[in-house]
Amino acid sequence: MPAEPAGPPRRALIVLAPLVLAACQPAVLDPQGSVGIAEKTILIDSLAIMLAIVVPTVAATFGFAWWFRASNTRATYRPHFGYSGALELLVWSVPLLTILLLGGVAWIGSHDLDPAKPLPSSAPPLEVQGVSLDWKWLFIYPDQGVASVNQLVIPAGIPVHFSLTSASVMNAFFIPQLGSMIYTMNGMTSQLNLVADNSGEFKGLSSHYSGDGFSDMHFDVHAVPAAAFEDWVNATRNTGESLDPGTYNALARQSINVRPFTYREVDPELYKMIVSQKLPPGPGPDIGQPDRTVSPRTEK
Amino acid sequence: MLGKLSWDAIPYDQPIPMAASTVVALVIIGVLGWVTVKGYVPYLWKEWITSVDHKRIGVMYCFLALVMLLRGFSDAIMMRSQQALAFQSPGYLPPEHYDQIFSAHGTLMIFFVAMPFVIGLMNFAVPLQLGARDVAFPTLNSVGFWLTATGALLVNVSLVVGEFARTGWLPYPPLSELQYSPGVGVDYYLWALQISGIGTLLTGVNFVTTVLKIHAPGMTYMRMPMFCWTALASNLLIVAAFPILTATLAMLLLDRYLGFHFFTNEAGGNMMMFMNLIWAWGHPEVYILILPAFGVFSEVVSTFSRKPLFGYRSMVMATMVICLLSFTVWLHHFFTMGAGADVNAIFGIMSMIIAVPTGVKVFNWLFTMYGGRIEFSTPLLWSLGFMVTFVVGGMTGVLLAVPPADFVLHNSLFLVAHFHNVIIGGVLFGAFAGYNYWFPKAFGFKLHEGLGKAAFWCWLVGFYVAFMPLYVLGLMGMTRRMQHYDVPAWHPWLIIAAFGAAIILAAIVLQVAQLVVSIRHREELRDLTGDPWDGRSLEWATPSPPPAFNYAVLPTIEGEEAYWDIKQRAFERLQLRDEPEYREIEMPKNSPTGFVCAFFASFMGFALIWHIWWLVGVAAFGAIATFVVFAWRDEDEYIIPADEVARIDRANRASRRAVLEQMRAAAR
Repeated sequence: MPAEPAGPPRRALIVLAPLVLAACQPAVLDPQGSVGIAEKTILIDSLAIMLAIVVPTVAATFGFAWWFRASNTRATYRPHFGYSGALELLVWSVPLLTILLLGGVAWIGSHDLDPAKPLPSSAPPLEVQGVSLDWKWLFIYPDQGVASVNQLVIPAGIPVHFSLTSASVMNAFFIPQLGSMIYTMNGMTSQLNLVADNSGEFKGLSSHYSGDGFSDMHFDVHAVPAAAFEDWVNATRNTGESLDPGTYNALARQSINVRPFTYREVDPELYKMIVSQKLPPGPGPDIGQPDRTVSPRTEK
Repeated sequence: MLGKLSWDAIPYDQPIPMAASTVVALVIIGVLGWVTVKGYVPYLWKEWITSVDHKRIGVMYCFLALVMLLRGFSDAIMMRSQQALAFQSPGYLPPEHYDQIFSAHGTLMIFFVAMPFVIGLMNFAVPLQLGARDVAFPTLNSVGFWLTATGALLVNVSLVVGEFARTGWLPYPPLSELQYSPGVGVDYYLWALQISGIGTLLTGVNFVTTVLKIHAPGMTYMRMPMFCWTALASNLLIVAAFPILTATLAMLLLDRYLGFHFFTNEAGGNMMMFMNLIWAWGHPEVYILILPAFGVFSEVVSTFSRKPLFGYRSMVMATMVICLLSFTVWLHHFFTMGAGADVNAIFGIMSMIIAVPTGVKVFNWLFTMYGGRIEFSTPLLWSLGFMVTFVVGGMTGVLLAVPPADFVLHNSLFLVAHFHNVIIGGVLFGAFAGYNYWFPKAFGFKLHEGLGKAAFWCWLVGFYVAFMPLYVLGLMGMTRRMQHYDVPAWHPWLIIAAFGAAIILAAIVLQVAQLVVSIRHREELRDLTGDPWDGRSLEWATPSPPPAFNYAVLPTIEGEEAYWDIKQRAFERLQLRDEPEYREIEMPKNSPTGFVCAFFASFMGFALIWHIWWLVGVAAFGAIATFVVFAWRDEDEYIIPADEVARIDRANRASRRAVLEQMRAAAR
């Protein structure tokens, strides 16, 4: 897959982007799915618990420093005050109690929001297999038999179960508004469960640096009503190439700034072949030294 | 003949590194020329380069840190300006250059700014505070310093010859493996850290031995100043953790040089092992840096509040608890790797538990100020700035230790803001507090207070303007290390952050000005008493600067605040202790071992990077031969005659007596 120059559709996207994106900021504090909402709650609660001790501490720092300034004759000078059992008890117990409380939050939160834990739902989850490549994302829909690059279409209100791996170096799969990120690593599968509560457009990205093309390794997430999802699948089945080991090897070569596109059909064993390394890991730079031609500046 | 090295290695087509390296080359040539013309070379060689005096080595460590701070900060300015410009635009730094810059920035700031700065302060102050004549192994100390300098040199050579790593400051495989990083960048990183890592380990061994074994009479463990305790904890961590780093990087080197498969994708390699190993070193490393800074604050807050440190025993306990716990939390650096809920929860809670002894320390500094007579000198301002800033950084750190919160904040600019919050607000502020606090002891004159305070305020304000926006950006889902982006909402915050970096630039300019002005006005700023701050620990009993042997006669310690007690007795009796009987003192001889060894190590590192195998052999032989020559030395000490000792100590006593005379006059 050669690097694609920014064509007209991308330019249109740039014009529209501010309008779309202005609505979904700030991402982590504006979650659009149950996982993200729960994580935001934990974030705010933990912050509140800590502020209860941090704010008085900062205030006391300013207060003590000001009141006990050398020029203040009204302050009592206690030149030998270096120990107080009661205060010692206080200074150890206050942080200890705070951490006890916060530790509880962490324990319960870690178990409730374990990325591998299936989400409660009456509908069975949609299976998506995600592969991070140099430098784009491939999403395979094993039950639908289609695949897309740098574009993720999911039905709103239905949980999505992601199986994620990497074709080459480490990356992290992250849709800030839906919640939890997770690493993708070659030869391994990571599990992640997310849901979009309502229809909407979200931004997804790689949140683990992976090389020169990393900054363009983002993807568009379209959460659509279930019927629209079916329509998209059907439309996809009629266009584009077929993804098999041959086309996959072409895709696995380094490229940046790849426009979203889809595959009409997918070899059902493909994901398994990537994870089990039957398909070899991505080749890295073509020549024996770092490839300057893959940088966006030299490309244009 | 020259391995992979050819003229192509020099990036002629890239104006920024070429211009930068030209300027650096001109400065180096200028300084060398000036030194030669003025005839300072023999002085530098005899008094500094070959010196095994812990004070001189400490000063050189701090100097190295300050110079590398300039380099690391210019990287920071470039990153902030690139991100301010790169909204829907490629900016001015292409990814292959930008990626080197953030990798070099992190590597330099941690290994060649923060580390040498805290090691330099420990080198300078710990033996003085313990009432010792020098560290346990003086020549080893010099070797440690020069090997650190070699590492710094190699990182900087990569600017002009070849490239630096494009993997981030911790080279996670498989990106750092030969397949994905075929250039010499990762090799520069690895050899620079292997060589300087040996130096750091030597320092650790040296200081653990010094603090445990070399004391003035009566200086029991529970009478040691807080800074000595934190130095002990920090060096115990170095001894325990740096071998892990060396082993981990050695495995990556074997992968890259000899086709091993420790961390590769293929043949059973596993990158998760690298992440566990590197953070098993990396988290203790954080405490290696921050504990000595805690020690500095303990000294400074107590001195300028005119009070003993509150809860000394509590502080010692908190320090040692942090020392132990720091090895039990490494997994919080990768909660998002998919370990199970139990593992994540346990490591999250362990990480929070470290906040308990840290919180105790903050409260104890607070109660040290309580009932004090606080003098707002420059070192105290740094300490206050630290207390406020560090509490915020600690809070965001504990927040990141809650696994579900980390799931949405990991690797984001929130994380970047957090660790700069604790490293700038903690380690760097501590280093600057120590620099202003001990400078008069090292050089015999104070640093200019006005410029010092101006620099502090610019640093403090600049820090908040530069890093608070990054917290916001992290909450907006912006991840770290982005060379460009097209989210409009991020842009204004990145412009504010760049403005903050400009304020920090002003702070650094003020710090340079402070040093220059202070040197020019040193006669007015002269410290004649040896005790400019009315200090409490033993180093203030020596003249400024202290003689090579530190103490004419080792003092006898009778309390927790060694020098304060001595002073109080003198004030009560209005006279000094009786003049002791002076004897000759044996001191270790200067040795070029460290410098020569590092000279060969530099060539060996460079040759290994470029596969110039004959040179590797020659340089390795040279480095080993240096040690053999040193090991077969005939005499390793020289004698300072009793007359000379008496002359120096009588001058010191005279200055102290003058203070007493003033007090007597005031009492009448």
